[in-house]
Amino acid sequence: MSAVGVRMLGMRRSFGAVRALDGLDLVIEPGEFIALLGPSGCGKTTALRVLAGFETADAGSVWVGDRDITGLAPNKRDMGMVFQAFSLFPNLTAADNVAFGLRVRGVDGAARRKRAADLLELVGLGQAGKRYPHQLSGGQQQRVALARALAIEPRVLLLDEPLSALDAQVRVQLRDEIRRIQQRLGITTLFVTHDQGEALSVADRVGVMRAGRLEQLADPDTLYHRPATPFVGEFVGTMNRLPGVLGPHGTVRVLGADRPVAEGSEAAPGDVVVLVRPEAMTLSASDSGTALVVVRTFHGALTRLSVRLGDGDEAFVDLPSPAAAGIRPGDTVTVGVGEGAVLVAAAGDTPARVPAHEDA
Amino acid sequence: MTAVLTRPVEAPAVRGRRNATSIVVLIVAGVYFLVPLAAAIWFTVQDKVHGGVTGEYYTSIPQAEGFAGALRRSLTLAVLSVLGVLLVTVPAMLAVTLRLPRLRPLVEGLSLLPLVIPPIALVAGVRDMLALGPDQLAGTPLGDALVSSQDPDLPIILVVVYIVLATPFAYRSLDAGIRAVDARTLVDAARGLGSSWFDVVWRVLLPNLRGAVLGAAFLTLGLVLGEYTIAGILLFETLPTWLVKISGQNGQLSVSVSTASLLFTWLLLLVVSLADRRPTSRRDS
Repeated sequence: MSAVGVRMLGMRRSFGAVRALDGLDLVIEPGEFIALLGPSGCGKTTALRVLAGFETADAGSVWVGDRDITGLAPNKRDMGMVFQAFSLFPNLTAADNVAFGLRVRGVDGAARRKRAADLLELVGLGQAGKRYPHQLSGGQQQRVALARALAIEPRVLLLDEPLSALDAQVRVQLRDEIRRIQQRLGITTLFVTHDQGEALSVADRVGVMRAGRLEQLADPDTLYHRPATPFVGEFVGTMNRLPGVLGPHGTVRVLGADRPVAEGSEAAPGDVVVLVRPEAMTLSASDSGTALVVVRTFHGALTRLSVRLGDGDEAFVDLPSPAAAGIRPGDTVTVGVGEGAVLVAAAGDTPARVPAHEDA
Repeated sequence: MTAVLTRPVEAPAVRGRRNATSIVVLIVAGVYFLVPLAAAIWFTVQDKVHGGVTGEYYTSIPQAEGFAGALRRSLTLAVLSVLGVLLVTVPAMLAVTLRLPRLRPLVEGLSLLPLVIPPIALVAGVRDMLALGPDQLAGTPLGDALVSSQDPDLPIILVVVYIVLATPFAYRSLDAGIRAVDARTLVDAARGLGSSWFDVVWRVLLPNLRGAVLGAAFLTLGLVLGEYTIAGILLFETLPTWLVKISGQNGQLSVSVSTASLLFTWLLLLVVSLADRRPTSRRDS
């Protein structure tokens, strides 16, 4: 079966006063792997559940290929879904779980067993067919759940934070495996997660959601290097928030230098917040510098320096480790912003999230 | 992390003391439950005429006057009540869990009412209602139904009352079962895989609620086989009312029937708990 595209147009869904979906438009190309990323409550899970048919939208339409499935019951949609919670049927063996969808479709026993065995093989659990869910580890259970979702040859694969209940190591392993299987089968996939590392590493395109809408839908590289809005910039990866003054001619003065303002900036001339990635910062040792190195963290190829600026703000600076070799906490340094356009946000704007010591 | 680090490490002495305490509790509870039982059994096997031990009271149970009828009636009532209570509570529970979660507090409150209303008040109401049958409602279908529900051979009215009485227990058992399995996710998973609602209930929910359903059935069974007040006041002869009647005439026979029915109930409990075991190996079907 050739892959089909998915279109969700003008989706609206409210839960009481909360607008989980507020005019969401999402178009997934055939065979594409899209990850929806966003803070909790941004509507990403609701979007997935509307696509699966478990929630009905207040407005909007859902299309798979050229078919409008807005009003179709979930059991008629031919979508395979893997859930966040362990969802295997406890009373059935792994093989029976995988075969479940075929059983309700009336596929005969021998064909069912064959397909279940093939899919368990695909997810690397060829030997575990006779085990019950409680005899499997969390990672194994999610593998069986993936095999079960794929057994019905779904037109669309839906993944609702399938890795969030797993240990870090298993998470990375299964994440890569999901991507491998998805590419091999060429199945159109929607993956919902709050973990940006997960989203950026496996998806063809990542959609960042905020308050029931798509803030930006782009490939990981664009998302990281050319965020469409300050929210996306701060949500994906680490961003420094530096004080600046926006001039009238599309430039902003920050840390003593004038830089062009990037597209998507949201601020009026005057005092603003300038968003700069740690690796776009410059730093040089200087006895007359006004900034002080506070913490130094080694990350292999890069070293991250946490710097207290003259006005008391803190900023991260990522340097190639050789360049940072001579710099120690307590050194005074001069910090600047590298060449290139910078993203600007209004001064009162709250951060998308607290900048964390983590890598994108 | 801190939680792990600050969790107190249990000293062996504390654990030992706790073990000793639990053994004491176990012995006290065992004495409390087993001594009366042992006394009852001893009472029933004593041969008062010739001395020594006899099984004559147990062997004479089947021939005792009225016993067979009362037992048959009680068992029939029990089976009908079990079916009835499951027919009421299982769909109600599924509806509340899957479709109408907002009604849960209401349904829970309703299911507890029979515990709050004393059986004596309940039976007074039932008796008044039954009196309407041959009286104000005479000749109407409802009146006829009320009259025929009082057939002394198989009083259907008792089934109705027992269903009401058993609802709190059945509801609790099913509630615990359904909370233990994350029904919501299982249902979504089954729906997503193409199941109709019938398939969801039949292939997914009921198999995973087997223990809870059996528990509900067993509690109902126990309740019906031991219920005296209502059957007694409505003047129907069931096993408990027969026991009370016979105890005035033949004490040892009555106690031996009680003991036998207690053992029978235990046997049922054992069957239920064995049936609820998780399958560890099964034919791949």
